[in-house]
Amino acid sequence: MPDLKLLDTPPSNAERAAIDAVLGTPPETNGHRTARSDRASRHLLLPALRAAQRRVGWVSEGALGYASRRLSVPPAEAYGVATFYALLSLEEQPADVTHACTDLSCALKGATVGVGEHPSPCLGLCERAPAKYRTVAGETPFEEQLPADSPPLPQREGLRLLRRIADGVDPTSLDAYVAAGGFEALAQARELGPDAVIEQVTESKLLGRGGAAFPTGVKWRAVREQAEETRYVVCNADESEPGTFKDRVLMESDPFALVEALTIAGFATGAQKGYAYIRAEYPLAHERVQNAIDASAAQLDGFKIELRIGAGAYVCGEETALFQSIEGKRGEPRNKPPFPVEVGLFGKPTAVNNVETLFNVLEVLRIGGAEYAQTGTEGSAGTRLFCLSGCVERPGLYELPFGATLRELLELAGAGAVKAVLLGGAAGAFVGPDLLDLKLTHEDTRAAGVTLGSGVVIVYDDEAELVPALLRIAEFFRDESCGQCVPCRVGTVRQEEALKRLAAGRPHDGELHTLGEVAQVMRDASICGLGQTAANAVESAIANLKVFS
Amino acid sequence: MSTLLTAKKMIELTVDGQPVRVFDGSTILDACRQLEIETPTLCYGDTLTPVNVCRVCVVELEGARTLVPACSRKAEAGMVVHTDSERVRTSRRLVLELLGSSVDLSTAPEALAYIEEYDAKPDRFGADAARVEHEVKVDNDLYVRDYSKCILCYRCVEACGVDHQNTFAIAVAGRGFDAHISTELDVTLPESACVYCGNCIAVCPTGALMSKREYDMRQAGTWDESKQEVVTTVCAYCGVGCNLELHVQEGAIVNVTSPDDHDVTSGNLCIKGRFGYRFVESR
Repeated sequence: MPDLKLLDTPPSNAERAAIDAVLGTPPETNGHRTARSDRASRHLLLPALRAAQRRVGWVSEGALGYASRRLSVPPAEAYGVATFYALLSLEEQPADVTHACTDLSCALKGATVGVGEHPSPCLGLCERAPAKYRTVAGETPFEEQLPADSPPLPQREGLRLLRRIADGVDPTSLDAYVAAGGFEALAQARELGPDAVIEQVTESKLLGRGGAAFPTGVKWRAVREQAEETRYVVCNADESEPGTFKDRVLMESDPFALVEALTIAGFATGAQKGYAYIRAEYPLAHERVQNAIDASAAQLDGFKIELRIGAGAYVCGEETALFQSIEGKRGEPRNKPPFPVEVGLFGKPTAVNNVETLFNVLEVLRIGGAEYAQTGTEGSAGTRLFCLSGCVERPGLYELPFGATLRELLELAGAGAVKAVLLGGAAGAFVGPDLLDLKLTHEDTRAAGVTLGSGVVIVYDDEAELVPALLRIAEFFRDESCGQCVPCRVGTVRQEEALKRLAAGRPHDGELHTLGEVAQVMRDASICGLGQTAANAVESAIANLKVFS
Repeated sequence: MSTLLTAKKMIELTVDGQPVRVFDGSTILDACRQLEIETPTLCYGDTLTPVNVCRVCVVELEGARTLVPACSRKAEAGMVVHTDSERVRTSRRLVLELLGSSVDLSTAPEALAYIEEYDAKPDRFGADAARVEHEVKVDNDLYVRDYSKCILCYRCVEACGVDHQNTFAIAVAGRGFDAHISTELDVTLPESACVYCGNCIAVCPTGALMSKREYDMRQAGTWDESKQEVVTTVCAYCGVGCNLELHVQEGAIVNVTSPDDHDVTSGNLCIKGRFGYRFVESR
């Protein structure tokens, strides 16, 4: 690293102290040079910027400059990182800021943005819509989700992953978790050994629950077989797909299970360290998961888990963007191949798993891979969590074996006359009432040209308007595009413009054809899944529901 | 083990029905070039690490769900690649339409040529289509930054960073359609870490970065490439031996570049080589 020209403005004492609390007391220097040990710590840039903002409410020039200097990050790059994340403010703002969700589920429940509040993409609180997220900076900063009270699970019978939550096991107590059978799966994994654990997971036919449905056993095997011995496991808890809140409920109400399952993943793949990357908007999950990590230290046999917190960027749920974010960079997805199992976090082989996927691993070890594979269908083993919101009487999290129909799920949640259902979130697809008998499996949804995605089920009844939902989805992707590749950066803007014209009844000649071509280039030529799926919901609404025709 | 003992493996793939053998580690673009198949590129630079962000070089790879960027996708044995399918042409055309509708490409000859070649119609999105708009930044005597001409190819960032200069004066800031190249807090270049090597200008494919002299001459309407000739010489300032290409118009030096394939410079120069020519003009 060359000598850097640094910003001149010094940090305030409060900012300095907040950043030092993350980075440690600065080593003795001659006043100009950064100690060599700090130079490899770029990955702490986001935690440092977050700490400064939590202390004074925004990222000032002084704080940005100090974080750059401490970490030997060029200020231009630090600025690029700070301006990437929606929740970091480079402009002075009040210490107390409220973000009001205006996304799909909250819009159906009459979301409003109060004076001085910031409109926000989905906050993952859809079962208690309309929702808000409040951040209060200061000496004892805090964040809160509003409404604050989490409603009880709407379903009581047939639960597996949600069993401990339904039983009311204290999420803050290691003893309670152990008394409920906690850490038995880890003990069993150690008895089996890494290869047998991977065999069990492979035999279970467990598919990833984050949206891509990749076989977990195959992923773990690929990491285990890498020649490189430094490896990582990462829990992707950046749950940001509009309408999704399952991972939040799991982390808030059963956080020790996440710690146990991630440790098993580390054991099986031969990783030395695990990271849990949780989106910023989940403060209770941060607290509960950190508590579980700390309280479980004796159980983990030296395996280290570090909690990382996002800063407002949907794209960081894309696995390679998530690595970039942990590494202290802009959350710009990498081109694949190489895949994370070869070149992942810090360039090392990495297994990334969604929270729900990891919870399933505990179930696999509890009952055995073969037994696990008996539940569900041939192509979709086990149970699935569904996030029900919108026009239903009993919104919330439901767990059903794969193969249940959409109609059964909607009856459980108390849906009335249905106009449309959004399956899989903003990156998913709309289906009409004609598909209510669709079996909720990977194979059946694929055959129908839709997706389960992250388990989102947003219900639109006869009264609900679909066009505003399409406009909100288009706005969401335009806001959340990282801006790296042309098809997504410009395509999401053109998609929104075309939809606005269509909604206003003033389309250009050939508007739907143009929209279709924009969709095609986004799907075919974008770098990552964000751009590749940014037109799915819109296209499905036009094709399946004949919106605009 | 000595690398001399490990002869580089050759692999064979098929591009547009023609078999081609390339060294292991080559890209699909390398294979295309070997077959003399024209492949458009904008963000790709011969001397830079591919970032594959413009997506104009995409090709169809059998078995892949999406198109793949030729510039960075490594060739593998047995790959079957199509570069001229309807699917490829559509994506390339749309990329050019999206760029042309949002960015001022008036000084980007390659992009304009591709737009013609692919029959792209950037105005199809209408007069109200959002555009990238920035004030021209003239904050020093050596070069001008007009980010309304920027296609965000990242080449200048790479040249300023680890690929060439290791100065790190600029980076990408913002997100989505608002993403743009910036110094820290958008300070002027004189306030930034910039050392005025001008290597960002050398790699810029759109004229968003331009020497002050070229900018002034274009403003005055006196810039005329048809009247320019290129004189090759060696820089006289130090002993490194950088090749200089002096672009001369009507007896005056109007620009200085260095060839990408020159093994001393790889297209790079320093402030003296690139801008320190005015002494020639003193009479």
